[in-house]
Amino acid sequence: MLKELTQMFDITLDTLKPGDMARITKVRVRGPARRKLLDMGMVAGSEVELIRKAPLGDPIEFRVKGYNLSIRKNEARQIFVHLVE
Amino acid sequence: MENNKIRVALAGNPNVGKTTLFNAITGSRQHVGNWPGVTVEKKSGTRIYKDYEIEVIDLPGTYSLTAYSMDEIVARDFIIEERPDIVVQIVDASNLERNLYLTTQLMELEAEMVIALNMCDLALERGDKLYLDKMEEILAAPVVRTVASKNIGIDELLDKVIEEKNNEQYHGHEIGYGDEIEDKILEIEKVLNEDGGLAGKYPIRWMSIRLLEGDVNVMRKVAKSQVSEAINDLLDSIDQEEYEAEIADKRYVTINAIFPQLCTRSDVKLSRSDMIDRVLTNKYLGIPIFLALMWGAFELTFAFATPFMDMIEIGFTWLATSVAASIEPVWLASLIGDGIIGGVGAVLIFVPNIFILFFLLSLLEGSGYLARAAFIMDRLMYKIGMHGKSFIPMLMGFGCNVPAVMATRSIEDDRDRLITILVVPFISCGARLPIYILFAGTFFGRQAGTIVFLLYILGIAVAIASAKLLRSTLIRGKPAPFIMEMPPYRVPVLKTSLIHMWDNGAMYIKKAGTIILLGVIVIWLLASFPWGVEYGSEESYVGIIGHSFEPLMKHLGFDWKITVSLIFGFVAKEIVVASMGVLYGVGDNQEALAQSLLADPSITALSSLSLMVFSLLYMPCVATLGVIRKETLSWKWTIFALSYGITVAWIIAFVVYQGGSLLGY
Repeated sequence: MLKELTQMFDITLDTLKPGDMARITKVRVRGPARRKLLDMGMVAGSEVELIRKAPLGDPIEFRVKGYNLSIRKNEARQIFVHLVE
Repeated sequence: MENNKIRVALAGNPNVGKTTLFNAITGSRQHVGNWPGVTVEKKSGTRIYKDYEIEVIDLPGTYSLTAYSMDEIVARDFIIEERPDIVVQIVDASNLERNLYLTTQLMELEAEMVIALNMCDLALERGDKLYLDKMEEILAAPVVRTVASKNIGIDELLDKVIEEKNNEQYHGHEIGYGDEIEDKILEIEKVLNEDGGLAGKYPIRWMSIRLLEGDVNVMRKVAKSQVSEAINDLLDSIDQEEYEAEIADKRYVTINAIFPQLCTRSDVKLSRSDMIDRVLTNKYLGIPIFLALMWGAFELTFAFATPFMDMIEIGFTWLATSVAASIEPVWLASLIGDGIIGGVGAVLIFVPNIFILFFLLSLLEGSGYLARAAFIMDRLMYKIGMHGKSFIPMLMGFGCNVPAVMATRSIEDDRDRLITILVVPFISCGARLPIYILFAGTFFGRQAGTIVFLLYILGIAVAIASAKLLRSTLIRGKPAPFIMEMPPYRVPVLKTSLIHMWDNGAMYIKKAGTIILLGVIVIWLLASFPWGVEYGSEESYVGIIGHSFEPLMKHLGFDWKITVSLIFGFVAKEIVVASMGVLYGVGDNQEALAQSLLADPSITALSSLSLMVFSLLYMPCVATLGVIRKETLSWKWTIFALSYGITVAWIIAFVVYQGGSLLGY
């Protein structure tokens, strides 16, 4: 039930747990970081998997477009995703 | 023969083996410098192959060409302004999807392309299948398999480059962006075409797309045109942020569509890299392992270099004395001995450190660990207004500020880099230790260890406070976003690391060497004149300057002798001790110097503490200033580093001395 609910609503990327897969719905990041994220494949529709968090909890490492990318929570908080199975 | 020259630009993502391929093509016939006016490194080289003179320009490694960073601007401007004959894109065969993103942009720039599909061995080993014929057809460019680290495929690549150069007709494919965007592109193209100057010079479709994405650099190119107003009107009507996302999205959609035709990726769930990372970036083990590795790198850089540095020092001292002994008149002997030979020695003394550090950094980078180091340290560094990548340069600062400032080159963002460069000199380097040992040992007895420890902490604190201060004043804004690829772990290529080490050592000697030599000679002049005075004595210019600064320095508890020693310390901080020995007439006898210092009523425990604080902070030594100038390419920031250091040192030493006096010490 809870799982179905979370799948209905968009959550932000920073709330994922290691192993979670999600599909990006919206990139709300502004400024130069936006450009870079888009270039690195963080575009709406991309599937991302959270791999791990840094030992101090930030940044976070994802798998996207077949490679590993790490970004800070600051930016992750502004990327909206949909959990997928 | 003029037409047998081919100019080739190497483009590609970072971590795809671009430098290794460049080295494999050009061998040792290469030149390292800077792109004009910016601190981005430029490498070029030539290769004679089958009657062709092939000039290879290594563009900065970028993921995209959208002018996000100086690297991207440099790479892009080279392609559109200089129009190389061929652009070779090095593509990581095991990571096609993201690599092709750059390919789509190169296609839009209408570059003649040859694709080097590098690291094929890794992809095939993993079980991937690559369809080269299909790739050539879809990308409309020749594709060559290479394994640069093993010199495989280099000749085939050059053959294709020559073939493509002799192939007159250009064929390229373009990406469709969907009806709405395509309509806009057409509208903009129509307007741009009215300006023959622009249309003749740049690919118009590319320009239109970039304008839709809000590219400031391209806007600037258009601003000078008569059509700029019409363009602005067109752009005002759209939401550029939406378009930017839409366009990037469409590129990836196109890649997704063609990708399955180019290769089939084996479904490895847990790669070797992932397994290594489970340990190296583990929540509990990550930091201890990182610290252990850093300690190792630090020890290697500084302990391993010590015998070489000693050899250089002994060699140059011997050379200086024997030259001085055999030359008449005395002033000339001193100029050549103390001035010039001493100066060259002062330049070369840092070469062992620089060699080893850059060798190790290149190994760390080539293995993929450098990205993890930034990943592990970013949280901490971000808190103090810096980037994860600033950690290693700051750490190296404890050994010597000179290689530390040079190591900031791995920080992409110019402002992050500048801040790191400016605060590194507050990190207490090894050369400052002899000063602490002399004064803390002489005046603080059993507390000496605590005092030295506190000085190191003070250095770190001032560095952090300065970073914060700069962030809120001269270099405003937050640290650059941390958006970093974690490349797969690989075995570093030894040849690449050796060339990297050599290039950096050579650059240091060429670029920073002259400034250091000049600094040393200026100090020699000040110590030797007016004509006839004893070197560095009270009557020399140094002595006179020492006296004239006395009113300012007495608030810190310093007399003219200390001030003179501090001026000599500009050459290298450990010289402060040696020149005090000379001024007290005891030479390099440390025990006698300690006795004379204790006997001198003008030096107390408090003023010696103030002196240690001042020595820690007062100014980067001439070698550090030399590399600051080299790395920032700016005299303004070099002079800032100098004057900011003196100001901070004076204020803190003042507080220490006056505060201590008030408390009755």
